[in-house]
Amino acid sequence: MSGSGPVTGKALRHLVAVASLLFALTLGWVMIDLPTPAAGLSDMVERRLGDSGVRHAVTAVLLNFRGYDTLLEIAVLLLAVLGMLALRHSDEDTMQAPAAAPDPLLAAMTHVLVPLLVVVAGYLLWAGAHRAGGAFQAGALLAAAGVLLQLGDRPLPVLPARALQRTGLFLGFAVFLAIALGAFLGGGALLQYPRAWAGELILLVESTLSLSIGLILLSLFCGSPARERP
Amino acid sequence: MSAGLLYALAGGVLFTLGMHALIVHPHLLRKILGFNVMGSGVFLVLVGLAQRGGAADPVAQAMVLTGIVVAVSVTALSCILMRRLFALERTTTLDEQD
Repeated sequence: MSGSGPVTGKALRHLVAVASLLFALTLGWVMIDLPTPAAGLSDMVERRLGDSGVRHAVTAVLLNFRGYDTLLEIAVLLLAVLGMLALRHSDEDTMQAPAAAPDPLLAAMTHVLVPLLVVVAGYLLWAGAHRAGGAFQAGALLAAAGVLLQLGDRPLPVLPARALQRTGLFLGFAVFLAIALGAFLGGGALLQYPRAWAGELILLVESTLSLSIGLILLSLFCGSPARERP
Repeated sequence: MSAGLLYALAGGVLFTLGMHALIVHPHLLRKILGFNVMGSGVFLVLVGLAQRGGAADPVAQAMVLTGIVVAVSVTALSCILMRRLFALERTTTLDEQD
């Protein structure tokens, strides 16, 4: 905005503050004014939980009843990674590993925490079928373990090859899409699992999803998924 | 006033605070943070309004879980974009002083 001196800027800030306050009050009033017995979907989920293949309502919604959202979500994650890869054509702005010798305290903590994080991620993945947990939490923990390794100057040794790492990024989406399309080609609707196999298919999708989500989040953190290290 | 409504109202306050920061602060990192706070406010509103009746609604929870992961990836992408902008233009704001 040309010609806006400090006074105009200050007045503008006050205007924005007052407008925000009014907005907050309106928002609060609207929420208080809503009718309380909201028409939720909990009853419908409870009634059809037996058909879903899992016993936890949130997991059933995520992977079965609203699997479409989860499929699109992992697609969005992939788009974010693709955007990151497209922007990475020089090393000037990617994260550089700390040059100094690794902190002994950080190294000791990494030794203890990373195996623990992987075990807890596996537990959360398994527990998602019957209680709180699931692919996203497990993926977040895997990513945290990777970030810890990266910060401790011990980047992931398990995925040295670039192609393998890219495959890992796409694995979750590919498996999910394959199962969704398989159900479609098998005569059902898109993402309509065969009822007898629903539990196993959900576990397969969730396992690959957590691996991919962990890798995607880690790649986004590093800004460069396949940086060749000296 | 139920606990769910309280969460929803707090979410509304968070959304407004984030929106205010998004408008007022020129620095891109602050804008990204403000946008994140806005998103967290939306999540609180969604989950809070859905559980005013007492029991939590699994559909709303699943949507918010999806949203959180998307929000994290969007934040990461915006941080990368900001770093790219800094590497190219040596600036961290979108000010047009012309």
